[in-house]
Amino acid sequence: MSATGIGAAVRRKEDQRFVTGKGHYTDDVSRPGQCHAYFLRSPHAHAKIKNIDSEAAAAMPGVLAVLTGADLAADKIGNLICGWMITSKDGSQMKMAPHPAIAHGKANYVGDPVAVVVAETLPQAKDAAEKVKVDYDLLPALCDPAKAQDQGAPQIHEVAPRNTIYQWHLGDAKAVEAAFKTARHVTKLDFINNRLVPNAIEPRAAIGEYDAGSESLTLWNTTQNPHVARLVMSAFVGLAPEHKLRVIAPDVGGGFGSKIFIYPEEVVCLWAARKIGRPIKWVAERSEAFLTDAHGRDHVTHAEMAFDPDGKVTGLRVKTVANLGAYMSTFSSSVPTYLYGTLLSGQYEIPAIYCEVDAVYTNTVPVDAYRGAGRPEATFVVERLIEVGGRQMGVDPADLRQKNFIKTFPHQTPVIMIYDAGDYHASLKKALELADYAGLAKRKRESVRHDKLRGIGFSTYIEACGIAPSQAVGSLGCGVGLWESAEVRVNPTGTVEVLTGCHQHGQGHETTFAQVVSERLGIPLENVSVVHGDTDKVQFGMGTYGSRSGAVGISAIVKALDKIEAKAKKVAAHMLEAAEGDIVFEDGKFTVAGTDKSAAWGEVALNAYIAHKFAGQELEPGLKEGAFYDPTNFTFPAGCHICEVEVDPQTGESEIVAWTAVDDFGTVVNPMIVEGQVHGGIAQGVGQALLEGAIYDKDGQLVTGSLMDYCMPRAQDLPALKVEMTKTAAPSNPLGIKGCGEAGAIAAPVAVINAITDAIGTEDLPMPATPQAVWRALQKANDRRTAA
Amino acid sequence: MTAVALTVNGKAVTGDVDPRTLLVQFLRENLRLTGTHVGCDTSQCGACVVHVNGKAIKSCTVFVWQIEGANITTIEGLAEPNGPLHPMQEAFREHHGLQCGYCTPGMIMTAIDMVNRKGHELDDPTIRHELEGNLCRCTGYHNIVKAIAAGAKAMKGHVQVQS
Repeated sequence: MSATGIGAAVRRKEDQRFVTGKGHYTDDVSRPGQCHAYFLRSPHAHAKIKNIDSEAAAAMPGVLAVLTGADLAADKIGNLICGWMITSKDGSQMKMAPHPAIAHGKANYVGDPVAVVVAETLPQAKDAAEKVKVDYDLLPALCDPAKAQDQGAPQIHEVAPRNTIYQWHLGDAKAVEAAFKTARHVTKLDFINNRLVPNAIEPRAAIGEYDAGSESLTLWNTTQNPHVARLVMSAFVGLAPEHKLRVIAPDVGGGFGSKIFIYPEEVVCLWAARKIGRPIKWVAERSEAFLTDAHGRDHVTHAEMAFDPDGKVTGLRVKTVANLGAYMSTFSSSVPTYLYGTLLSGQYEIPAIYCEVDAVYTNTVPVDAYRGAGRPEATFVVERLIEVGGRQMGVDPADLRQKNFIKTFPHQTPVIMIYDAGDYHASLKKALELADYAGLAKRKRESVRHDKLRGIGFSTYIEACGIAPSQAVGSLGCGVGLWESAEVRVNPTGTVEVLTGCHQHGQGHETTFAQVVSERLGIPLENVSVVHGDTDKVQFGMGTYGSRSGAVGISAIVKALDKIEAKAKKVAAHMLEAAEGDIVFEDGKFTVAGTDKSAAWGEVALNAYIAHKFAGQELEPGLKEGAFYDPTNFTFPAGCHICEVEVDPQTGESEIVAWTAVDDFGTVVNPMIVEGQVHGGIAQGVGQALLEGAIYDKDGQLVTGSLMDYCMPRAQDLPALKVEMTKTAAPSNPLGIKGCGEAGAIAAPVAVINAITDAIGTEDLPMPATPQAVWRALQKANDRRTAA
Repeated sequence: MTAVALTVNGKAVTGDVDPRTLLVQFLRENLRLTGTHVGCDTSQCGACVVHVNGKAIKSCTVFVWQIEGANITTIEGLAEPNGPLHPMQEAFREHHGLQCGYCTPGMIMTAIDMVNRKGHELDDPTIRHELEGNLCRCTGYHNIVKAIAAGAKAMKGHVQVQS
């Protein structure tokens, strides 16, 4: 390993600009002649829009236009779409309702845009928006997914009777039924996977600009996948042909999934920019982000696990209602299905699994992928059941897990996935040692002495990352391929630009991708720059989500580097007057095997471009190669997180006193960055377990609509985190990388709930486990004991 | 419109602004100092923290006319343009105390204020308590806490530049 190569904790190249305030986020961009958009949003969850009177608003100072859904329809701007087709168990296709960028005829959630005001300044746009008169006819609102399919429930979209988008299933129902018939013990649980608001600290933003000379549109946008955004806005929304639309995603301040999707505001900014002939900027306020960023999770689940007399899991059945909100967001359909049902085997050898998922519309913000996306929900199901099962059967939860671990690979689960590598014993064993599991009983006694209850909770999670083999996801309904692209451009002086289809919004690609190139080519890290986030600069790429950039994005770079090396060897052979097969490339030097004849990297790069040593007919000048890498399998990061809590039974307050994470991410390019990803994921998972929850009242108002009402994890809510790793390389990609971005968020929630329920001795505890929720659970358990 | 005059990062600046203009808007839009960020509209997130007369304040919570004549330091004013980083900036870089970078300017300005008030030896609980007003969604705070502890030590004897 070189000092800056694969495995080195290199300090990040991008930090210089971020710590000095020189980052370049969308809202930092200011275009000549720029004006501002303000969206007027429905204050009602479900209402017919009878009339919009914008005359007074249009006459206000500085106003350039007031546009509505009718204008959008008149201009034949297409609807937003969901790009993953799910087929129901009866063979019918999912019921995708029209999603116009500005509501037309009916508003379906609080925050649904009903008009946009464009003015010279933002205050002018806001002032004018107050003068827009919208005549609503209120309809009853539906917010509870569990009631969405009830007879008599408000009907949201004509295309979806009883608000049902699809009724999907996976697995073998008969085999599961047989397993439950012969089970010695069955554990049954009902729970809600609470609805979350992603809350990247940078709010979403967009600037649309039209250049009449070239008849092209440019969008600066807080997106995790500029090319996918361009494709959808071109091919489906119809804003401009793909080659006449440029999407630039500059520095993006966190995404966590919420910036994957194509949102109404960017569509409107582009459309209106052309209409008005001026660049238009829109930046979400935080309250707007709460009302419009796709939310996460929101599952209502009943799950049962069957055990045989030895404590071996023999069957698992799961029934989930997933809330997709008022419209189907870009990848919403895949989250509670192929990113959820396929992970229900956890780290365990489970012979029979059956999962049913009904996805429903409600009058709430659309729900889509949020850090982990389906996999935290699956992990919660499996890890809660096995923990509670162990407690009910009187088996140590660590022992019960070990007994059921998958031990040989590859392993075909009953739910599609083929796990290719892992060592679940190794991560559990290391975590047990680091967490001093052996000393727990003593610590519990100590806690009791100062009137506290101590508990421990495990989460031996698995996830599928490296998303994804295109053919496989295509066969499951995905509308796109999920490969990644790279281009490596070697300059005549030997410095290198790497153009990647991935996008960084906190992950540090500018450093880690450069590490891979630096090691491979034997050149200094500072001689490599990583270019991303601009469709005019970078070849088509699929973007960053699902912990894919290492496993898929870096693999594309490696593939391009293979081609670079092959071409450079040809150049070196001409320079050194040797056979191509005799050229050896090592440490940035080309040597003729068995001789002292050599050429340095820089000399070969220069010769590739001056082309004096070879005829253009036999070898093309230049040194630039591209590659598209399509993975052959998902990768399967897995590990063990152990949470230890102390609960004050008087107040219900839970304090996380220790956190141990042992993760297997395969090959790690930069351990400092990987640990940082784990820290952040754990914080979001702890947030879900203890603090966060989006709450709608019966009228569909989001009562947790600001950072004063929605509790984000603060520094004091978290302990110092113990993060370590084990390693089994991923066999499916050249460097053996598995991916690390979502692990913490997947593992953490259930570890916390398992810990608190261990402490308080009752399993009936909702998320977020606020002090009030814990206190209530304790009182309920006491009441039950008294009654008994 | 209201006339305002301030000192920002050592330079005298003036402006003629709508009275609704917040300090953060004046910094970002009038002066194009875009290192100070806006992450919320309720003074919770702290991405907009700057120093006003040496004290950390949330620049989204004050009208620029309210602080007429004040001396402001923003993230851009902590180090000379091509000089070494401020020790707290360096500590955030060294300890991976940032990921997306959006909350970072506010975190660093808060951290320096913390050292100014609490001294150079800051323990973990103190730092976590003092970060009440700054949200980060990326790091889980683990490395921010480490960075601030190290930055506080490194600030001993440091003299703030007035660029």
